[in-house]
Amino acid sequence: MQPREIINTTEFNLILKRLAFQLIENHDYFEDTVLIGLQSKGVHLANRLKKILSDINPSLSLNVGYLDITFFRDDFRRSNKPLVANETKIDFLIEGKKVILIDDVLFTGRTIRAGLDAMLAFGRPSLVELLVFVDRRYKRHLPIQPSYVGKVIDSITSEQVSVEWKESEGEDKVLLHTSEN
Amino acid sequence: METLSVDHLLGIKDLTKADIDLIFATADEFKDVINRPIKKVPSLRDITIANLFFENSTRTKLSFELAEKRLSADVINFASGSSSVKKGETLVDTVNNILSMKVDMVVMRHPNPGAHQFLSRNIDAKIINAGDGAHEHPTQALLDAYSIRERLGEVSGKKVVIVGDILHSRVALSNIYALQKQGAEVMVCGPATLIPKFIHSLGVHVEHNLQKALDWCDVANMLRIQLERQDSKFFPSIREYTMQYGLTLDHLNKLEKEIVVMHPGPINRGVEITSEVADSHQSIILNQVENGVAVRMAVLYLLASKINR
Repeated sequence: MQPREIINTTEFNLILKRLAFQLIENHDYFEDTVLIGLQSKGVHLANRLKKILSDINPSLSLNVGYLDITFFRDDFRRSNKPLVANETKIDFLIEGKKVILIDDVLFTGRTIRAGLDAMLAFGRPSLVELLVFVDRRYKRHLPIQPSYVGKVIDSITSEQVSVEWKESEGEDKVLLHTSEN
Repeated sequence: METLSVDHLLGIKDLTKADIDLIFATADEFKDVINRPIKKVPSLRDITIANLFFENSTRTKLSFELAEKRLSADVINFASGSSSVKKGETLVDTVNNILSMKVDMVVMRHPNPGAHQFLSRNIDAKIINAGDGAHEHPTQALLDAYSIRERLGEVSGKKVVIVGDILHSRVALSNIYALQKQGAEVMVCGPATLIPKFIHSLGVHVEHNLQKALDWCDVANMLRIQLERQDSKFFPSIREYTMQYGLTLDHLNKLEKEIVVMHPGPINRGVEITSEVADSHQSIILNQVENGVAVRMAVLYLLASKINR
């Protein structure tokens, strides 16, 4: 079956802007705040938010890091997830900082758990918040809730939600894939 | 899922080019991990690894042990000097006894070539060869090639000369396989008595003049002269060997290019390589040691992913 578009490009960019303003409300000038995008799609989201925040406040200096959680997964040898990690690039200390952890889809919460674990290698943050573009409600395996949500989507387990980005897929949109049977 | 084509790392001979690429890509990320303030990841936290060393080793054993610990595996160590092997126990019995304690992987060094192949057919654990006699030492060859790739950007098309005791060297054989699989050209250089008779069949060049070999190469890998084997008279004296095959600053200064100098350790300073060369900026000997941990982490991690639960 053809995937169904549930967020189009216009809505997509409105959501991004709203998320950026929500961040400004809580973090003012981002003096002690850093963004960390989870590889691979969370990185697009983190970079896009930084761009919007810089457009709003051109003098903004905001650190953005990329975190890969491959070696921290709890399903090593239990699933077919890729073995090779993406680049982790955090060239600043997160000790005592407010960290906004960023991912595209929040589903079971296991990726975020691994992300929290992986992040500790770079210091002890004073506060960690979670920002996701899509929250697939009711699918959590762990007690993890986002602080900022782009869009809540109710879907069944056999369905798949994919967030597509101009940078990687050529267009900003969110698709819902339904399996054949 | 991209994965290795083999279930054990017995030798480079069994690996494909894609396997080596996968190991290197994984090692890149582990190299990043071991340079962080917290140098540990939890990937292998439910895996137990036995390091069985039936032959002496310092750096390989330390490097493996560190790699295992950085992956959060549980580690047990065994050295034949203090074990029941002395009491006449067979290899399979020794290893099966250890496996009864629920060990998932075995890292082994053994004086007999093929001991690992034999073991892999008889026991149910992932086996990594940490050196078998004069046969193979696959992780050393991987870390050597990885270090060349790091310094020169790629291995393909590079010319590498291996200098010294090729006859007794497991490092040489594994290096030849590893470098050729990645598209490098290999030359061996040393006195005729220390070059195996049928080495041509591996498609390597042979040269007996060190300066000519250096003129040809981009990388010189200087092997250790095994002082403990010098009773057998493969060459008249250490002094004569050093005069003909010891790498000096003079050799390097005569070249029109800058070559990379490697050594698998332990170095006999003043025998196969002078101190000035070993400590020069052309030498990547200490990078090799650092990369050894990252490459071994990659091998352990990729093989561990094949353990069924």
